[in-house]
Amino acid sequence: MDILSGLMQGFAVALQPVNLLWCFVGVVLGTVVGVMPGLGPPATIAMLLPLTFLMNPAGAMIMLAGIYYGAKYGGSTTSILLNVPGESASVVTCLDGYAMARKGRAGAALGIAAIASFVAGTVGVLGLMLIAPPLAKVALAFSAPEYFSLMAFGLAMVVLLAGRSMLKALLAMLVGLWIAGIGTDPFSTTSRFTFGRLELLSGVDFVVVAIGVFALAEVLACMEGRAEGQALPVPKGLRNLLPTLQDLKDCRFAFVNGSVLGFLIGVLPGAGSTIASFISYGVEKAVSRRPQEFGKGAVEGVAAPEGANNSETGGALVPLLTLGIPGSGTTAVLLAALVLWGFKPGPLFISENPSLFWGLVASMYIGNVMLLVLNLPLVPLFAQVLRTPGFVLYPLILGISIVGVYSVSGSLFDVSLVVAFGLLGYLMRKLDYPAAPLVLGLVLGGAMERALRQSLMMSQGDLSILATRPICAVMLSLALLILLIPSFNKLNAWRLQALEE
Amino acid sequence: MRAGNADLWSGLALAALAGYIIVQASGWDYTGPDGPGAGFFPLWYGIAMAALSAALVASSVLRSAPESVDWRGAGRAFTVWLALALSVAAFKLVGFVIGFAALTFFMVVVMYRRPAVVAAVVAVALAAGFYVLFQRLLDVNLPCVWIFCPG
Repeated sequence: MDILSGLMQGFAVALQPVNLLWCFVGVVLGTVVGVMPGLGPPATIAMLLPLTFLMNPAGAMIMLAGIYYGAKYGGSTTSILLNVPGESASVVTCLDGYAMARKGRAGAALGIAAIASFVAGTVGVLGLMLIAPPLAKVALAFSAPEYFSLMAFGLAMVVLLAGRSMLKALLAMLVGLWIAGIGTDPFSTTSRFTFGRLELLSGVDFVVVAIGVFALAEVLACMEGRAEGQALPVPKGLRNLLPTLQDLKDCRFAFVNGSVLGFLIGVLPGAGSTIASFISYGVEKAVSRRPQEFGKGAVEGVAAPEGANNSETGGALVPLLTLGIPGSGTTAVLLAALVLWGFKPGPLFISENPSLFWGLVASMYIGNVMLLVLNLPLVPLFAQVLRTPGFVLYPLILGISIVGVYSVSGSLFDVSLVVAFGLLGYLMRKLDYPAAPLVLGLVLGGAMERALRQSLMMSQGDLSILATRPICAVMLSLALLILLIPSFNKLNAWRLQALEE
Repeated sequence: MRAGNADLWSGLALAALAGYIIVQASGWDYTGPDGPGAGFFPLWYGIAMAALSAALVASSVLRSAPESVDWRGAGRAFTVWLALALSVAAFKLVGFVIGFAALTFFMVVVMYRRPAVVAAVVAVALAAGFYVLFQRLLDVNLPCVWIFCPG
């Protein structure tokens, strides 16, 4: 009953004309971002974050979440028409989506991607709605040691799945912790790592790092080449975008598979939508009666990963909103957004901000419907975005990044920091250091240090407090096991194979 | 550059950062009357960073068949980064509108080899768009000089 009344309250918020408008803006922007190869949701959300400070938080959150899940819809368009994934979660869609397009079935592939995204996206929101409130109640019993252990476990998971080298992922995470430590120590007011600069006393703004590492680094990476791909034509007319009844019948298990696996993987920190889409594709192929068709244009090979990467969004919001622990770069940016607006994601978030939480949930139902309605008839229009020349697009992104940062602090020093973090992000890409652990280390660093120090205050400096409390012991043991995986050759080989596949 | 070399240099850079963190953290209280002090947490992640960067350096030295890092195109990326850094440095002198227009013009002409007229049109259109949208309509202050300042 609580859930139903909460949902009704949420629809009352989400159906306000202004919030409907922000939801629409978010899903359209998300779709456009998803269509454009190179510009991902974390970069877009980071760039737009400063501009949301003047907005109502509910409207702003609804818009940013719309960008997050809207990009998952849009990402399939370039995978299918161009064989270039609009974002990493759509990589696997290239395999069968592009093969279908080459056989003249681009319309059916785009249609099934949109339908799978709608079905699984809706299941993901349903999961969020049903699981988040009870999990928040359980988390009310957590105190500083449990939080520290949970964050350590979350970071370990991100490190495990962030890239081929766990060593580099760990180092990136430690750099994130260091950046988080720059500024004034909240316990003792000691200034740390400020290089004598007054501007650094209040720390390095998350927005500065996120825009640098995501948006600027992406622009720099895209500047490496001038070549632009040739998209296959989009069939005109809604009729040509609708899959056949046989297609839908073939995809019925893929819809379920993508929805359930995507949500479950989304709840795990670090896994993310890319892994969700790959695992769901693998499962679909394994249980298929015609696995030999996969990679040659099997419609289930589009439905399963597209479903999984959309359902993952709902799952990823569960730990973010109930525990305050993000599991990916995008949710880390969303966490920073909530904190900047003055909210404290965690066990009390739902009870203290019911209209924001339920408004967001309700807006996601509405947003999924908007995306289905938009994506089927407007795919040809969105595909036109691909024609935006790079010499207009990239200066535009640089301009939005600069203005975004300057509008928050009014400081050219922060703009210079963005430029420096842009170079750092680009070098990290070139040298194969993953960005997600750095961003998560940055976003969790302050809270992690606070939780550890509070735990040790509770125990008068006795570290055994982290081993004697059951939840801490389990989480820290799991984190330790994860970090030891490279020592076990077979396990590490399996991890590397899974990442490469 | 070979990956082994890249790992070696990045490992050394991170080791230097770790050394800096440890030296700085050693100067702050490790413990205080209420529990751990300001140096407690940084000291430990500094030590972890030193150990891991040493492992990275060692593995890069011992690696028998290093893969290569693809630096093709990196020159173009570094050029854009340098142009961006210079234009941001110039904001104090010429403001956002002119600095950003110059950056855009440079990118279109040099990086995309488009005619100067096209570059000028794109640069003026984008800079004017930002000025009108942010400075005039949204009242967001941009770094400014002379006529482009509000009021």
